[in-house]
Parts: sequence; structure tokens; C-alpha cells
Amino acid sequence: MAAERVKKLMQGNEACAEGALYAGCEFYAGYPITPSTEIGEILSYKLPLIGGKFIQMEDEIGGMAATIGGSLAGKKSLTATSGPGLSLKQECIGFAAMAEVPCVIINVMRGGPSTGYPTGPSQSDIMATKWGTHGDTPVIAVTPSYVPEIFTETVRAFNLAEKYRTPVFVLFDEIIGHMREVVTIPHPGELEVIDRAKTDVENKEDYLPYDNRFEIPPLAPFGEGYRYHVTGLNHDEDGFPTNDSKKIDAGNRKILAKIENNKEDIWSCEEVDTEDAEVLVFAFGSSARSASFAVREARKQGIKAGLLRPLTIWPFPDEPLRKAASKAKVVIVPELNLGQTVLEVERTLPGVKVEGLHRVDGEPITPAEILEVIDKYK
Amino acid sequence: MGDRYELRFSGSGGQGMILAGIVMAEAAAIYDNKVAVQSQSYGPESRGGASKAEVIISDSGTIDYPKATAIDCMLALTQEACTKYHGDIKKDGILLIDSDEVKDIPEGDFKVYSFPIIETARGELGKIIVSNIISLGLIAELTGIVSHGAMEKAVLARVPVAFTELNKKALQIGFDKARELKGN
Repeated sequence: MAAERVKKLMQGNEACAEGALYAGCEFYAGYPITPSTEIGEILSYKLPLIGGKFIQMEDEIGGMAATIGGSLAGKKSLTATSGPGLSLKQECIGFAAMAEVPCVIINVMRGGPSTGYPTGPSQSDIMATKWGTHGDTPVIAVTPSYVPEIFTETVRAFNLAEKYRTPVFVLFDEIIGHMREVVTIPHPGELEVIDRAKTDVENKEDYLPYDNRFEIPPLAPFGEGYRYHVTGLNHDEDGFPTNDSKKIDAGNRKILAKIENNKEDIWSCEEVDTEDAEVLVFAFGSSARSASFAVREARKQGIKAGLLRPLTIWPFPDEPLRKAASKAKVVIVPELNLGQTVLEVERTLPGVKVEGLHRVDGEPITPAEILEVIDKYK
Repeated sequence: MGDRYELRFSGSGGQGMILAGIVMAEAAAIYDNKVAVQSQSYGPESRGGASKAEVIISDSGTIDYPKATAIDCMLALTQEACTKYHGDIKKDGILLIDSDEVKDIPEGDFKVYSFPIIETARGELGKIIVSNIISLGLIAELTGIVSHGAMEKAVLARVPVAFTELNKKALQIGFDKARELKGN
């Protein structure tokens, strides 16, 4: 019989660190910032115990750059930050996307703009995650709501990063990052862990980091004899810059297409009472917990309310939303910002009434506030 | 209890309110096999300022909204925290205050229990640091929301071994005094 699983009351940030270890993360580089600091703090202790490396860099930019370096050396790599750090990391995030370097970026969202409100929650980095770095950049972002889900979504983020050779964001907020719930740590093998594809090239000098035979070419680790070039410039199959307009076009399209063509694999949503929902709430992260409470209360009052809770916010889950909203006369979007995700919902559902519910005072949106909006449409 | 039993621990930063919340959540979720969520709010300072921790306990299922909505039991170790945070106590709920610290007792449809928690920690145990543990003993007995055994296990799992006896005594004082308070 298998040994009993470890069951522990854990902070969200601790569940994130444990999820990273479960996924096989062996390298962390970052710079401490509230409210994400505990992730680095825990890994600074735990990574060396398993032969991994922790490095506190000179700043947020260095943290992201070193994370890319760790990954190119063949290690699953992680950094954690919050809003102001996300701003600083953007250049390197674009580099990772362009050079197709897998890595995971945890963003425990706090109030902004600028240094904003460090100890309060926020969901105001949704658009910064998608559009923060310049260019047409592929973005995957997952949005857990519960502490045990931070564990499983961090594992999923590593899987997606390795599978699609791209940076993946885990977005949650101060509330879930600092609250505690029981996490039961799965045994090794219980959750899927995807490791980086290995190259089958026999002569190491023949290895091409951007081999066009593949939708997602295997990334060989530096330090094992493979020689290749890594650049943020548009590049050829060997990684060296190119001025060939056909190759530039193909390369730019390819990094977006690998996400677009695999959306159904990347999407994950929870649906509650959506089948007959006339009032649909679309909510993620901590706001989804309030929405869950509100929808349950609304059902008790006989209102046909439902909840669509995306666990993947980028690529935006437009098809699941269209399906869940098929009977909806209104879609309510509660979020801790002044109107970001609501724009995507409007884009997805032309002709459907969409109402945002926004709060930026450092407090969560309460179930009562959501219920008040639901009640308007009963 | 129903779907949600809500507790709030409030005082000033440094009084161990967040630790009290964590211990309560562990007593319920790890040792009494219930479901619990613990959250907190605090400012940038780690000492001083009003501080609160909240614990939601349920017999089963998932607790979605993690913050207090209608509080079953609230602790206030300072006047500032009491004044600031008592508004969410529900009808027939419990307010436990430190009788030396909270002089302006809020009025409402809730039961007020008053006890010199900090002075007892100082006078009987010589350490005000165990005020939060005395409070946990009081609350466990007043509410019955967790068993004494679960509470003791949770406290001892969180404190340094050298202070096991001190904390056991603090907890026992809480259990005993709460029985007296209920009798009055």
C-alpha cells in the first residue's frame, strides 16, 4: 500500500513552491517582492536540498535573465514576482518568447500602477501579461483560485512551458497567495509531469535549435556539446539572425501558431450551472471564489445563474465562453481592476449584454456585490 | 454548525493574531478533519497597527469565499481592533474581548465575553506572548467549534518544543476560564 500523502495547511505561495518542486523545477532566479516573496524564500531553502540552485539576482531584470539562462542549460526554471517586477521583466519575457525558451513566471498580483499597494490584492496585470512586452508575442497564463489549485496549476504551467517551449505565467493575487488551505501533496506520478523533448540528432554539430521539421523543435541543453546561437533577433533554423523576409514572416507566425493551434490543449475551465444559465458570471482567481458564493445564493433564489471559471486566461478561452453563454442574457465580469478581462468578454460575445464589476481599493469583491448585480437581471 | 462557521482574531500587529488563525485552521482541518480556510489582512508594518486573521470552518465541501461575511465569533485584544472590526458579527454571535484593553464595548445583538487575557498571560504565566494561546483555549471552549484535543495538538505542533509546557498551561487556562465565563 502506498504511503499516506502529506496533508498540510499551506499558504498559497508555499503551495506554489511545492508545485514547482513536484514539476521538477531545479532552478530559481529572482528578486524578492511582496506579496510573492515566500515563493523564493521557500525555494532558497528547498532547492539546494535536492541539488537545485537558487540565486537572488541584483534586480528583477537579472532574475528573469538568469531564469532564461537556467532553462537553456536544461533545467526547468522559475521566477516569481509582482506587478512592478513584471514591468521590469518584460524585455526578457519577450526574449524568452522569441527565442522559445521554456520558463515559468509566477505573478502574485498586487495593486498598481507602479508600486501601488504591496499588501493588497489585485487582478490588474491581465493585459500587461498579454501585451506588456512589444511585438506579437505568444502568451500562456493560468489563473488558479484555490490554494490546492495553485499547486496543480504550477505543475501544469511547467508542463505547458516545456511542451510548447514558451514562457508561461501563473497569475494569482495577494489573497490566495497569503491565505492558507489544506493541500494534499500527490505522490510522484499521480500528476502528469512533462519533461523537455530530447533531440534525436546524432551528430551534435548538426543540431538546429529552430529545426523547421517540427512545430515545436526539441531544445538541447547548453553544456552538453550542442552548439547553437540564441538571439532576440529574427533568426534562422540555426539561431543566427536572418534578414530573409520569408523567414522573418514564417518565424513570427510560427511562435504564435504553436499556441493558437493548440488552444484546446491549453484551455482549462470550470463550469458551474452553465447549461441553462441566463445570468453567467465569468470570473477567475480570488474573484471567482466570491462569484461561486454569489451564484449559489442566486440559484437558491431561483435565478438561473451560472459560473464560468477560466483556469487559462491566455490564450483567451473564447470558445468555452461562447458555449457557456449560449443561453445567457447577460454576462457579469467581476475583476479587481477597472476593466480588462471584460474587454475580451465583449469581443467574444458581440450582441450579448456584458457588465463589468470592478474594485481597486485593495479589498476583494464580495459575494454580496456580485449578487446585487445578478439580482438586476432576474 | 452549517456550511460556514466564521472566526475573526483581531488585535495589534505582533500579538500573534495570524498565528492564532493558523492554529485554529490547523486544529479544524488537520486534526478534526473539517475544512478550513485562513486569511489575514495587515499593513506594511509587522508591529503595531490593527491586525486581523480570519478562519472559515465547514464540516465538508469546498469553502469558496475565504473572508468573513457574518462572524460567529470574534476576538479583540485591543480597543482599536474591536472598534474597527466588530461590525460583521452576526446576530447571536460571540465577541470575546480583553477586559483591560477594551473599555468601549460595542453594542449589538451578540454575546460579549470579557476576560483579562493579556494580564493573565503576564501574571499567571509571566509571558504576554501566550495571550493568543489563552485566547485559543477560550474560543475553543466558548464555541465548541474544535475539540480540545485537536486544539492542543495544533498548538503544540506550532510552538518550539522548549515552550510546550508553557503553551499547554496557557491553553488549559483558556479552557477553564471559558467554562467559568459560560457559567456566569
